[in-house]
Amino acid sequence: MPILDRNSLDLLFDALKRRGFNLVGPTLHDGAIVYDALASTADLPVGWTDEQEGGRYRVKKRADEALFGYAVGPRSWKKFLFQPVQRLWQARREGEGFRIIPEEEKPPKWAFIGVRSCELHAIAIQDKVFISGPAPDSSYPTQRKDLFIIAVNCGQAGGTCFCVSMNTGPKATAGYDLVLTEVLEPARLAIGADRHYFVVEVGTDRGAEVLRDVPHTEATEQENAAAERVVEKTASQMGRTLDTTDIKNLLYRNFEHPRWDEVATRCLTCANCTMVCPTCFCSTVEDVTDLTGEHAERWRKWDSCFTMDFSYIHGGTVRSSVKSRYRQWMTHKLATWIDQFGTSGCVGCGRCITWCPVGIDITEEVRAIRETEK
Amino acid sequence: MNPWIPYPAEVIEKRREALRVHTLRLRIRDEAIRRAYRFRPGQFNMIYVFGTGEVPISIVSDPDESGFLDHTIRVVGKMTAALVGLKEGDTVGLRGPYGSWWPLEEARGMDVVIVTGGLGCAPVVSVINYVAHRRDRYGRLKIFHGVKTPKDLLYRARFRAWQKHPDTEVYLTVDHPDREWKYKVGVVTNLFRQVRIDARKSAVMMCGPEGMMKSAVRDLRAQGVPADRIYLSLERNMKCAIGFCGHCQYGPRFICKDGPVLRFDQIQEWFGKDEL
Repeated sequence: MPILDRNSLDLLFDALKRRGFNLVGPTLHDGAIVYDALASTADLPVGWTDEQEGGRYRVKKRADEALFGYAVGPRSWKKFLFQPVQRLWQARREGEGFRIIPEEEKPPKWAFIGVRSCELHAIAIQDKVFISGPAPDSSYPTQRKDLFIIAVNCGQAGGTCFCVSMNTGPKATAGYDLVLTEVLEPARLAIGADRHYFVVEVGTDRGAEVLRDVPHTEATEQENAAAERVVEKTASQMGRTLDTTDIKNLLYRNFEHPRWDEVATRCLTCANCTMVCPTCFCSTVEDVTDLTGEHAERWRKWDSCFTMDFSYIHGGTVRSSVKSRYRQWMTHKLATWIDQFGTSGCVGCGRCITWCPVGIDITEEVRAIRETEK
Repeated sequence: MNPWIPYPAEVIEKRREALRVHTLRLRIRDEAIRRAYRFRPGQFNMIYVFGTGEVPISIVSDPDESGFLDHTIRVVGKMTAALVGLKEGDTVGLRGPYGSWWPLEEARGMDVVIVTGGLGCAPVVSVINYVAHRRDRYGRLKIFHGVKTPKDLLYRARFRAWQKHPDTEVYLTVDHPDREWKYKVGVVTNLFRQVRIDARKSAVMMCGPEGMMKSAVRDLRAQGVPADRIYLSLERNMKCAIGFCGHCQYGPRFICKDGPVLRFDQIQEWFGKDEL
């Protein structure tokens, strides 16, 4: 497999920029590692890592200069492909009626840098929602078009990670143009000095074409083995596990279960879990006018099944209790999603656990139901 | 084709049906779109009022009457008030048709049993009209309709007219009668004890409050009507009608694209569950 040294990564970034790609990837911002525009590898969280637990997230310095030495942060790539707030069209009064002015959709030519395996699965899941349905969405397919993905095999698992349980990682297996495994070898293991390099796997012809612009060598057997060990070690470090055996029927059978009442005493219905989830796709629309009343707009915004408005029909809210809203979210994510889209809606990234202000843990909720099933 | 873009339609007629209930007859302004537009009874349109919002409304006109689309609207909030406030000549935006339809092909040769309650009448009016205009294709048409008070009875004149149709039976009931009420009293399912339904050759289509439908399904099943010959039109919050917004989920189903008309045996395990 090809191998890039640390400094050649900037040349890879340059090769993408020359092709007109806008680079986005992890960067340190307000005490969290988030996805945003990148100019060079210096914008990456060099030498930073994170600590994650239920309701807890902290960044801290590492002992080395790793570029990708952390788990996933609060933002996911859906922010780019399925925008949080988006105008769908405008309308202008004209004569007896009005005229609709559609939005012009220009492919943004994103290059996503540092996409993790769980996130590749999340993107594939949102593709099913927005592209494969009865009518493809007006915007998502355009954002998605031309997307170049440099994935990264995780070098360490976060405290709330459970991709091994969901069969979505930590090794990227599909959906990327290139995938990197970051290897850091201290001097005592390496010959001479510290070594910092990336073993590259090519996923597409486009990926191979970009890689040809960047000086690289072929990995030795030892270097390939070192990359394998990185992934194996990560797989063994999962912070959480979730037993998915017959999970759809487990939750279908337990629509009524005392655990839903119990979790409802903790859940604040704040909707954080749905905002950080890389697959949650629910949205609402808002119609607005300007002061003259001549110009109207329709906007789409991320929405959450945790709000009362979400299920409102004349006469009242269908899911008014906290219990029913938590149950809807978790049952959708892990069970009804399978009937709807042929896949689980959960990729085991752990964000909903980390960013829940009271630390509700989806893996723990499933375990509680499984262990106390009548 | 951008699925979010409504096309302009003109209000060509507005008819009062009952207290705060009007039928709007809409005509798509663009001729090519109007000609290409096809729907089946049970489907709905998303109707947009400039600057105010958009709501799903079922189509009640006959699919073979081309050139216009009727929508019966009861004022329940800001959007429906805006719709009913429109005048002839005004323009709305229209997207559709969306969703599944009543099993009018499958029901050929059978008795058609309509069960509706409260305001659920509108989506089944399309079926009644459809059967009335194609009388030779179906057996008897039995219409069961229950409302709270006589004031809530939509289409009073139409019910009277339907009653005179050949092979058609209309059964009306109210929870709270007034002095003039000359039909039945009690919930709609009481009627099933008084009227025989031929379980072997009936197709049941129902729409109304879920509590009413739950009792109706139970009673019909007890009379031997098979689960796969009972169809229900369900209602949930809806923002997009094309399966993206997530609001209309009903267990694994999306009411906008899998429904609104669903066959009972396909939703049996979810039907009647509280806060689903």
